[in-house]
Amino acid sequence: MEITITTRNQLTLATLVGELDGKTAPTAQERIVPLCQGGSRVLLDMSQVTYMSSAGLRLMLLLYRQATGTGATLALAGLSEDLQDTMSATGFLTYFTLYDTVEAAEAALAQ
Amino acid sequence: MSNADLQRIDINPTHTYNGFRLRPGKPLPFGATLVPGGVNFSIYSSHATACTLVLFVKGQPQPYAEIPFPEEFRIGNVYAMIVFDLDYENIEYGYRMDGPFDPPAGHRFDQSKILLDPYAKAIGGRDVWGVPPDWSNIYHYRGRLTFDDFDWQGDRPLQIPSEDLIIYEMHVRGFTRHASSGVKHPGTFAAIREKIPYLKALGVNCVELLPIYEFDEFDGSRPHPWEEDKLLLNYWGYSTVGFFAPKAAYAATGRLGMQVDEFKALVRELHTNGIQVLLDVVFNHTAEGNEMGPMISFRGIDNKTYYMLTPDGYYWNFSGTGNTLNCNNPLVRNMVLDCLRYWASEYHIDGFRFDLAAILGRDPIGIPLSNPPLLESLAYDPILAKCELIAEAWDAGGLYQVGSFPAYGRWAEWNGKYRDDMRRFLKGDMDLIGAVAQRLQGSPDLYAWRGPTASVNFFCCHDGFTLADLVSYNDKHNEANGWGNTDGGNDDHSWNCGVEGPTDDPEVNALRMRQMKNAFALLLVSHGVPMFLMGDEIGHSQQGNNNTYCQDNELNWLDWGLVERNAELLRFVQRCIAFRHAHPVLRNREHLRNYDYVGSGYADITWHGTRAWQSDWSGTSRIIAFMLCGKHAKSGTVTDNYIYVAANMYWDALPFELPGLPEGMHWHLFANTGAVPDAYEPGSEPRLEPQHELLVGGRSVIILVGHE
Repeated sequence: MEITITTRNQLTLATLVGELDGKTAPTAQERIVPLCQGGSRVLLDMSQVTYMSSAGLRLMLLLYRQATGTGATLALAGLSEDLQDTMSATGFLTYFTLYDTVEAAEAALAQ
Repeated sequence: MSNADLQRIDINPTHTYNGFRLRPGKPLPFGATLVPGGVNFSIYSSHATACTLVLFVKGQPQPYAEIPFPEEFRIGNVYAMIVFDLDYENIEYGYRMDGPFDPPAGHRFDQSKILLDPYAKAIGGRDVWGVPPDWSNIYHYRGRLTFDDFDWQGDRPLQIPSEDLIIYEMHVRGFTRHASSGVKHPGTFAAIREKIPYLKALGVNCVELLPIYEFDEFDGSRPHPWEEDKLLLNYWGYSTVGFFAPKAAYAATGRLGMQVDEFKALVRELHTNGIQVLLDVVFNHTAEGNEMGPMISFRGIDNKTYYMLTPDGYYWNFSGTGNTLNCNNPLVRNMVLDCLRYWASEYHIDGFRFDLAAILGRDPIGIPLSNPPLLESLAYDPILAKCELIAEAWDAGGLYQVGSFPAYGRWAEWNGKYRDDMRRFLKGDMDLIGAVAQRLQGSPDLYAWRGPTASVNFFCCHDGFTLADLVSYNDKHNEANGWGNTDGGNDDHSWNCGVEGPTDDPEVNALRMRQMKNAFALLLVSHGVPMFLMGDEIGHSQQGNNNTYCQDNELNWLDWGLVERNAELLRFVQRCIAFRHAHPVLRNREHLRNYDYVGSGYADITWHGTRAWQSDWSGTSRIIAFMLCGKHAKSGTVTDNYIYVAANMYWDALPFELPGLPEGMHWHLFANTGAVPDAYEPGSEPRLEPQHELLVGGRSVIILVGHE
């Protein structure tokens, strides 16, 4: 999995590419958790995530907890229908604010 | 640095084998458990001489590693080993067991077979329902590793008092598989979540799921007798492959191995909506059948321990399915206890219904025990202490224990006598009034010391006719099962109302509708715990098939179009359920005493007939009426309205004189199955005129509520 982190207009954008599973989740956790600090606004671009395992789901929940714990805002963009289904069926979707695209998220979060 | 940062000192390997780093494992807990840096594998066998762990990459035909347990890793009869650095999301595991092959002595070890861990918490291999298996596979049902963490969001089992429950018996797949269900993933746990609003509107507060432990729908599959290219499958699922694993194919995410999370999410959501979850569990036999059956797990791990065997090593068949699990062997008893504790604690399950539970009271050679240790252990277990424990109190070996099941003050029963007596009363049989009076009161004749909550009351369940078929068929029509109509029970006590099967005759159809309403009305004013089968509230028919265990098709799939087409029945049932919830006087925890113990001037229950205060107990009577005194609700601790119920199962209308109420109170009409409207919203019942007498139509039930 590749993770690219950029910041613009006080919005931190983490772009994840590849599969989020037991092998890649620890690295993703290491990279993304530090972004979720008090007052920060973090957007995860999930449009190029092709698969999420149980470990991936748990990482997502951990990020959500980190964000709510520190007062950061966390949102997801571009989650494929397949991944949405998976997260919904397993009860992990309800935690997150979703946007169809990064652009839509940027517009909404800029307000 | 806090204590939490202190590293454990047992996280380092001590051995290596073919590049795998190992360490002696912990014998407890049994099964495969994620530990820091690795996986702890633990399995026991009383008679094996050696054990090998077999590892597969998920879905691959051949194992990538086989690791014999070093002899020094064995504690007692337990093989325990930690294997480090496993890619735990992408592996499947099994075992080879070495030991004697000596069937007369009870041993059937076969080292060439790869065996499923009896404690496997997830099982791969039948991940998507109905996908034909590759029968050449050397290992069909594969143990997988799961996370045991879940974000329960504060959820815990609901602990609704038993007397307040209304149980809805349902099949996970059948509930939403029909094209009309309109859900995204038909036939799954996730789909039930989508239908929770329907359950809420219906008013049930408990669902009882037909088996959800991993089973193989292809077990015993065979061609449909006349539909080409269609198979008969093991649809109900009463043959367990693994007791600790939810059926993967019941999860929309089963193909991803996420059935554990998906089922937990369903339980959490049902609980959030005030609905308990009971599991129908099958500890009387397994999917391995008799000596001709497949070797999946137990038979190869420790045949003599797990199964009841004849003196020459064959399988006792008290379950009617080939084998009998040896539940009162101490090891098996512990496994059952571990299993139920696991489901109660890890999945927040609210209770269990035990299939053919009389078997659980037989000793290892099949003789019924007076004090069966398993049933006693379950009754007193601290983790299961608030769980419903419901027995199907008979077995296929002829043991019938309704009323005499060893209860230890805890066990309830499917009351087969309620079903039989009430069905016969419904169709107009005579010589039943005395029995019906017992059934309506929670069967004190059967459960004198156990209270009405020992009695799970039902007219219909998955086994037998649906309610619609009970009033549409005199005889079973099981030809589609492929056994020439010889399978299924022959004692349905059904009546077709004049025509066998579907008809356009409006009078017959009106009578059938009324009979279904009569059944629901009587069920929902009976003391005890009411239960009904999914779809009965909307008149689902199985076309007269009373044993649809193998029918993965419209016979079993609930047609959601019936919600519209039978809206009248559904609304009636909803109102009867709401009425029960509204009136604690219908839900005593203790038996009615038939006298006045609060000084209201009325006994808690009084019996009436066409004349008030005079019941007709004669053999030719087909009527019964009773009044519940509102001041005796919940054993006199709560004040409720008075309730009067009259059931006229005679074919003509009869006038019923009504018992007088305390000064200032009046009778109001809640329900009359022989009239339009059939029922009112509880709380908005109109006052009855006149007050002293009411004409009750033939084959009709009326329910009155008395208040100011």
